[in-house]
Amino acid sequence: MSAFAIVNARLLDPASNYDGPGAVLVGDGRVTEVVRGGATQTPTGLEIIDAAGLCLSPGLIDIRVKTGEPGAEPKETLKSASLSAAAGGVTTIVVQPDTEPAIDDPATVEFVQARGAALELVTVLAAGAATQGCGGERMAELGLMQEAGALYFTDGDRVIRNTRTLQRVMTYAAGFNALVAARPAEPWLSEGAVATSGELASRLGLAGVSAIAERIQLERDLALVEQTGVRFLADQISTEGALEVLARARAKGLEVAASVSINHLCFNEVDIGDYRTFYRLDPPLRTESDRLAMIEAVRDGLIDVITSAHTPAPAEDKRRPFAEAAPGAVGLETLLPAALTLHHEHGLELLELLRPLTIGPAALLGLDSGALEAGAPADLILFDPAAPVVIDADRLRSKSKNSPFDGRRLQGKVLMTVAGGRIVHDAR
Amino acid sequence: MSDSSTAADAIRERLVPFPQPHFLSAGDLNPFAAAQLLDLADAFVTLNRRSAKTLDLMRGRTVVNLFFENSTRTSSSFEIAAKRLGADVVTMPVQASSVAKGETLIDTAVTLNAMKPDVLVVRHGASGAADLLSQKVGCAVVNAGDGRHEHPTQALLDLLTLKRAFGEVGGLTVAICGDVAHSRVARSNVALLSMMGARVRLIGPPTLVPKDADRWGCEVFHDMREGLAGCDVVMMLRLQLERMEGAFVPSRREYFRFWGLDREKLAWAKPDAKVMHPGPMNRGVEIDSDVADDLSVSLIQDQVEMGVAARMAVLASLMERRA
Repeated sequence: MSAFAIVNARLLDPASNYDGPGAVLVGDGRVTEVVRGGATQTPTGLEIIDAAGLCLSPGLIDIRVKTGEPGAEPKETLKSASLSAAAGGVTTIVVQPDTEPAIDDPATVEFVQARGAALELVTVLAAGAATQGCGGERMAELGLMQEAGALYFTDGDRVIRNTRTLQRVMTYAAGFNALVAARPAEPWLSEGAVATSGELASRLGLAGVSAIAERIQLERDLALVEQTGVRFLADQISTEGALEVLARARAKGLEVAASVSINHLCFNEVDIGDYRTFYRLDPPLRTESDRLAMIEAVRDGLIDVITSAHTPAPAEDKRRPFAEAAPGAVGLETLLPAALTLHHEHGLELLELLRPLTIGPAALLGLDSGALEAGAPADLILFDPAAPVVIDADRLRSKSKNSPFDGRRLQGKVLMTVAGGRIVHDAR
Repeated sequence: MSDSSTAADAIRERLVPFPQPHFLSAGDLNPFAAAQLLDLADAFVTLNRRSAKTLDLMRGRTVVNLFFENSTRTSSSFEIAAKRLGADVVTMPVQASSVAKGETLIDTAVTLNAMKPDVLVVRHGASGAADLLSQKVGCAVVNAGDGRHEHPTQALLDLLTLKRAFGEVGGLTVAICGDVAHSRVARSNVALLSMMGARVRLIGPPTLVPKDADRWGCEVFHDMREGLAGCDVVMMLRLQLERMEGAFVPSRREYFRFWGLDREKLAWAKPDAKVMHPGPMNRGVEIDSDVADDLSVSLIQDQVEMGVAARMAVLASLMERRA
């Protein structure tokens, strides 16, 4: 089916701020026409998909996905991650470079993207390592990797402790107009911590890190951004204090974007109360006031990107005492219903919610997807924002089942995912 | 016989006192003095191409080559220059010692000064070392490279090379490419070329070009294609291998891909552009052999020849000042 039309839909396009009736025509893997408005002539000669008034939006773009390929395939392969993405309405994933070996040279960037493309599921892109082996000491081949298609540069969850190294990486990257991302976590304060320090962590007897560790590191990173002029993504912001730092940098005119993980929008530190290791995350879950501040930051645009922070960890890594369990949670397949809680419970408009999941990341990374417009890749999702779902981790397509949403009742179901003009998930 | 005496006469006619008691940096020259030195050096080039090359301008004088850093080409260039002027030459390779360098340097200077040399040629790993030495000795000091500060005789020989290749240096656009941050050659050349009316551009990765280098009176580029457009001369700098393995640039192959001079990049400069390199070269890193060895574009061999003549001019001129 190379040409078809999805008609009778509620179009949601954050890029043009359009929320209204319409139809989308697809041909040769691209959107050929977007028809806005109710009464339209049914196109002829095309296969017609009747959306029955449900929501049609650009496919989600998730810029922070860990897989186990190469190096840890039992956790997750590019195929299982792609299947999981397709089921979750995510049509573009950007895999993280802290694999084994790390994605730190052009050949590995090309390998990952070629393997992903061969699956013919969703678009698989790669972030490159900022330092060789994500070791935090020696700069990786940023220029060659960028030529090979790497979208941005990061050491993933590993913090570049050596400030001089980060300064040089940023200085060098600025020469290529490349985007550098770093997760702010002051390493000495964060060492060994598995929770946010406070009354709860101390009652549970868990090693905690103060929320200021995020603020301190972000201050460092942004000072270097100011000096070097590099384009920067503050990756996985989770605290109110960091948001203040970010707002100040923006007010000064720094070109700095910020992301938040879906987990930090949906959960708070209380969720670790019964030591369930699926809530053992990096950064650790924060207070409720931090969570609410993050939601407000999504609403007012201070946060540009929401990620799934998809981090597969098999049972053997999670069935351990809380402090010994591997951090992270899978999230590709639950991203949309989880994000819709912000709509149902916190009153975010659907467009406000979809913006950091579509055009936000697309604009940051210079992708041509993320918008409903003629000529864009036909990356589309059809979803019912109100359909009740119960998350069953065992039924996730990811090879790892570490979902903190396991057993949760959410609203929102992806009915169909179209990626590059192909229907890669169909649950109508 | 008559050829030699003609060359010697030409040299004596052009011999003028050096403008300063020492030659520590390009700033010790002025446009007029530099032009006079080039004329003198030109005469030495003629002399050096004859079979009888030795003069007696420095007979009875002692030149001490004091090299705290290893250097074969610069020390031998100075040694040959001094010998052709008739001087007695002592070349002293000084092992870098682990004791505080400043103290060692002054101790050495005082010791050497007691031996009454006439010229001290010094190379040292610390910026400002030649200047410090000049304050402690009674003879003329020539800076043969101090840290990442200056290497003024290199700039003078580059100027001589350019003048002979192009006739006039004023108005040329010269791109200095590579590790500008750590390069004394770059600093001396920026100063001298600008003084002589050339337009100087600096090209290199942002980690290797000082952030404020545009205030040196140069245009700064990080992209070779942009930077080389319209250039008459492409002067490549040597990249120390230890700076390439992830500290300032990620790898040799990435450096070569973006900043190494090959045919493709050279084609971005003017059609008849010339290539220079102070040596020793890292072939396949900052320069492709294909370009370096092509005598129709490469002035690299000329630079070595001009080195001896330029240094003869400096030594003779410094002696003339002290005569």
